[in-house]
Amino acid sequence: MYNAGKIIIGLIIFLGLVTAPFWYNKGKASPPPKLEVGTQEKQCVEPTPFMKSSHMQLLNEWRDEVVRNGKRVYTSSTGKTYEMSLQNTCTKCHAKKTQFCDRCHTYMDSAPKCWDCHIAPVEPTATGQQAARSDK
Amino acid sequence: MLEKALTGSKGYFLWVVILLILIGMGFQFYLRQLAYGLGITGMSRDVSWGLYIGQFTYLVGVAASAVMLVLPYYLHNYKVFGKITILGEFLAVASVTMCLTFIIVDLGQPSRAFNVLLYPTPNSVLFWDMIVLNGYLFLNILIGWTVLGVEKRGAPPPKWIKPFIYISIPWAISIHTVTAFLYAGLPGRGFWLTAIMAPRFLGSAFAAGPALLILFCLFLRKYTKFDAGLEAVRAMAKIVTYAMVASVFFVLCELFTVYYSQIPDHMYHFTYLFTGLHGHTALVPLWWICVALALLSLVLLVPPNTRNNPTTLAIGCAAVFFSLWMEKGIMLVIGGYIPSPLETITEYRPTIPEMGITLGVWALGFFILTVLYKVALFVREQEVGEASH
Amino acid sequence: MNSTRRRFLQVAGLSVLGLGVKPACDAMAAEPKVSVGPEALVGKRWAMIVDQKKCIKEEEGCKKCVDACHLTHNVPTIPNAKDEVKWIWQTSLEHAFPGTQSPVLDGYVKESLKNRPLIVLCNHCDNPPCVRVCPVQATFRRPDGIVMMDYHRCIGCRFCMAACPYGARSLNWRDPRPFIKTETMNREYPTRTRGVVEKCTFCFERLSKGLKPACVEACKEKCLIFGDLEDPKSEVSEVLRKNPSIQRKPHLGTRPQVYYIL
Repeated sequence: MYNAGKIIIGLIIFLGLVTAPFWYNKGKASPPPKLEVGTQEKQCVEPTPFMKSSHMQLLNEWRDEVVRNGKRVYTSSTGKTYEMSLQNTCTKCHAKKTQFCDRCHTYMDSAPKCWDCHIAPVEPTATGQQAARSDK
Repeated sequence: MLEKALTGSKGYFLWVVILLILIGMGFQFYLRQLAYGLGITGMSRDVSWGLYIGQFTYLVGVAASAVMLVLPYYLHNYKVFGKITILGEFLAVASVTMCLTFIIVDLGQPSRAFNVLLYPTPNSVLFWDMIVLNGYLFLNILIGWTVLGVEKRGAPPPKWIKPFIYISIPWAISIHTVTAFLYAGLPGRGFWLTAIMAPRFLGSAFAAGPALLILFCLFLRKYTKFDAGLEAVRAMAKIVTYAMVASVFFVLCELFTVYYSQIPDHMYHFTYLFTGLHGHTALVPLWWICVALALLSLVLLVPPNTRNNPTTLAIGCAAVFFSLWMEKGIMLVIGGYIPSPLETITEYRPTIPEMGITLGVWALGFFILTVLYKVALFVREQEVGEASH
Repeated sequence: MNSTRRRFLQVAGLSVLGLGVKPACDAMAAEPKVSVGPEALVGKRWAMIVDQKKCIKEEEGCKKCVDACHLTHNVPTIPNAKDEVKWIWQTSLEHAFPGTQSPVLDGYVKESLKNRPLIVLCNHCDNPPCVRVCPVQATFRRPDGIVMMDYHRCIGCRFCMAACPYGARSLNWRDPRPFIKTETMNREYPTRTRGVVEKCTFCFERLSKGLKPACVEACKEKCLIFGDLEDPKSEVSEVLRKNPSIQRKPHLGTRPQVYYIL
C-alpha cells in the first residue's frame, strides 16, 4: 500500500471521531427525562402508549384536517370528542410545555417548530418571565 | 478532470481566492438574513420581489444562450462553433446554478423548499420552472462533462449523448419561456401582462449570453492559449447584434401599445421608469443609463467595421450585457410593482446585506465557471499540444 | 427446477397481497374520526358586502373592523411601513377602485364619498389567481369559497403576492412576535412566523364555531354583511338583490366575492 503510514493513521483518527459519541459518555446511557404531565387527568386524547409513539403523526393529521379539510372535531378511539387544536386542547392539560414537551425534545435533540407560531401557555418561571415568546 | 482546476498561475489563484472571499461574505450575510428574515432586504409589502428574483430572471436568459452555439453546430453542422460549444454549456451550468441559488436565498422559508417536490402543482408556473431549470442543469452538466471527457481521450462523442444534446435545444427555449410565463400570466400586473414577454426574454437571452461568451473568448485569447477563432467570434457577434436589435424593437413595441392605448394601469409603470411618478424617481437614472447603453451597443455592433474590431466589439458586448442586466435584472421586476395594484407607490432600494448576498451568488457562479473553464482549457490545450506533434 | 421456482414466486406474490388485507379492512371498517363541529356555520359560497352608505355615517377615524380583525388574529403592528402586515385596512376610493377616477370626474364624484375611507381586504375570489400560482398549494380554495392559507406549508416564494390583483397579501418580513402586544394577544389563535405569507381567511375558525367574522361583528353600524350567496334567504343575497353593487377590478375575471354598495 502506498503511503501506508499516513493512511492507517488517518483511518484510526477517523474511527475515533466516528465512535466519539459512544466512548465520550464512557459507555453509560444517559437516562431519559422525567416528564411532568401537568394534569391530574388520567386519559389523554388517545391511550398513552399510542401518544408516546405517534403524537407527531396525530398532530400532523390534526393540522391537515383543521387547516386543509375544515374539520374541527376529533372522535378518539376512547369515544370522546375533542377540538383538534395543539394550542387550545393539548395545552389545556399539558400546560407546562417546558416540563413536558421540551424535556423529551431536548433529550432527543429534536426541535419541532410548533411554538414559532402556536402560542405556548404562560408558565410562571422563577424569574416571573412569561414563556410566551418564540423559542429563537 | 476536476484536478486540473487545482493548478494554475498566480493570477488564477488570486482570482479564485477573491471569489471565495466574496462567496464567504455572501454566506455571512445570508446567515443574517436567515436569522432576521427577508426584511433585511429592501423588499416590502408592495415590492415583494427584488434584486434576487431580478438576477434570477436575467441569468435564466444567459443560461439559455448555450443553445445559440449548440443549435447551429449540432443541427446545422456549423463547424465553426465546434470549439466553443463547451464554453456555452459550462456557462449554462454556472448560470443555472446561480438561478437556483438566487431562488433559494429569496425564499421566506427555505427549509421548506422540498415542498415543491412533495406537493407537485402542475397549475403553478413555478413548479414547471423548477423542473425545467433543474433539468437544464442536469443536461448541461451531462453533455459538457461527457463531451469533454471523450475529447480528452481524443475520441468522438458517444452516440447516446446525441439525444440529450438534441433535447437541450428546445429545453433551453423552455427555461426562459417558462420564466417569462411567471410574469406574463398574472392578471393584476399590467406591466407584465403582455404576450411578447416570452419573446422579449428570448431576445435578451440571445443577446446577453453570447455577448458574455464573446467577452470570455476575447479574454481567453489574450491571457491563455485558447483561441476560439475569428470566424466563431464574428458569427457570435452577428447573433448578438440581431438579438439586441430584436430586443430593442420589442421594447419599442411595448411602448407603442402602452402609450397609444393610454390605459393608465399599463402606462404608469413605464412612466415611472422614464420620468418617475408623483416625485418618486428612484429608478429613473438607472433606466436612462440602460437606454443609453442599449443605443451605444447598437451603434457599435450594427456597423460591420466596429463589430469586427476587437476593441469596439468588446465595448459593444459589455454594453449589451449591462444594459440587459439592468433591464431584466432590475427594471422589469421592480417596475412591475410600482405602482402597486392599488396605485400607491412604494419605492425599492436594495440594502447592503441584499447586495452582499447577490454579490456572493455571482461570485459562486463565476467560481463554478472558472473551475469548469480551467478544465475545458486544459483539455483543449492538450489537444493543441498533440496536434502540433 | 423451473416449476418449483414459479410456484415459489406465485405463493410469495399472493402472500404480499395478503399483507394488504388487514390495512384494507381497517380502512374500510374505520368510522370517520373527524368531523365538522355541530355549531359550525356551513355555506356554499361565502361572500361579504361592504355597505359604504352606512360606513360613512360612522364617526371619523372609526376602524373597529380593522382593530377587531388584527387583534383576533394576532396580526403584528410593525412601525416600519415596508414590513407591515395587514389583513383588512382602510384606503381611499381611488385606491380601492384604481383607474375609475380621473381629475375631471373627481369633481363629479358624490360628495359624501370624497375623502371617506373604504375598507379593503382579500376578496376570496371565485377564480383566484393566487391559488393558480402557488407551487405548493399553501393557498387553496375551499369548496365553500374561502381562499385559505396553510401557514405550515408556505415556502415564502411570494408568487401569490405578485399574482393578487388587489394587494391583499402580506409576507412576514420579520419575526412578528415582538410586534404583538402580550397583554392583548389572543391566546386561542396562533401567530405566524417569519417567511410566510398571510391574509384574511374570512375567519374560518370563527365560522367553525358558529360565529360571524370578527370585522362583521365589530361594526356598530352593521356596515359589513356576511353570508352565503347560494342561500337565497341569507342577508347577503337579499341585500345584493335590492342594491346595485360593484366589485374591485371585475374585468380581470377573478370573480371577487366582496361587494361594495357605494
